[in-house]
Amino acid sequence: MHVGLEHYLTVSFLLFALGLLGVIMRRNLLVIYMSLELMLNAANLALVSFSRFNDNLNGQVLVFFIITVAAAEVSVGLALIVALYRRRQSAHVEDLTTMKL
Amino acid sequence: MLPDMMFYVFATLTLVFGLLVIANPFSRNPVTSAMFLVLTIISMAGLFVLLHAFFLAAVQIIVYAGAVMVLFLFVIMMLDIKAEQRRKIKKVAILAGLLSVGTIVCIFLKSLHATDLNAHAAPVTEGDTALLGKLLFSQYVLPFEVVSVLLLVAMVGVILLSKKDLK
Repeated sequence: MHVGLEHYLTVSFLLFALGLLGVIMRRNLLVIYMSLELMLNAANLALVSFSRFNDNLNGQVLVFFIITVAAAEVSVGLALIVALYRRRQSAHVEDLTTMKL
Repeated sequence: MLPDMMFYVFATLTLVFGLLVIANPFSRNPVTSAMFLVLTIISMAGLFVLLHAFFLAAVQIIVYAGAVMVLFLFVIMMLDIKAEQRRKIKKVAILAGLLSVGTIVCIFLKSLHATDLNAHAAPVTEGDTALLGKLLFSQYVLPFEVVSVLLLVAMVGVILLSKKDLK
């Protein structure tokens, strides 16, 4: 069977689902963060495949911007995790319940 | 025929490594997760090459597998990873995760089935660097500059956050 857009989209969906599963299932902030990266990458894959199969380069430019923003987001998020760890000595969501009533 | 075969190889690798990032039966160590995330990203760069997005494949490897993952590993080394290995994943969390993810995958696949994708059978778009660069510096020049400001803001924020006494 010829590989087309729907094949790439299916891979992208499954990868997104894996990322979501990681976010819900895991309790370590860092692993949750990696799962978020997985979800971002899944969106990138969908954009690139749409760009390829619709003969339109705009999708790839968008992916370029997403990668840049993701890099900035990772640096800020990791700095937050480190600052949090300094305070609490823990990177687990179960230990971070200060805002709970 | 070869690109089709390569697609299945890279797709399988991407999904298997992705699964090992979130649930590795042999190790609960975040470093292992990070390493498998690197492998996921590299196999995804392979998919990008199959989609003729050569520039993005290179950027994916350099920025993600290179810079971002090194950052991740540095932070993991600074935190206590022994605590993670002692903790178990809760059964409720697995159940809730599988339920919600199963639902969302059903919605995805159903909508994919129901939509006419209007895809070209023989695409001609080449994601080569020259074309992408031209587009980036003509039509997308304003977002490009804004993104550079965003990077500056992120840098200032990170320096502020990583100071010892956060005021």
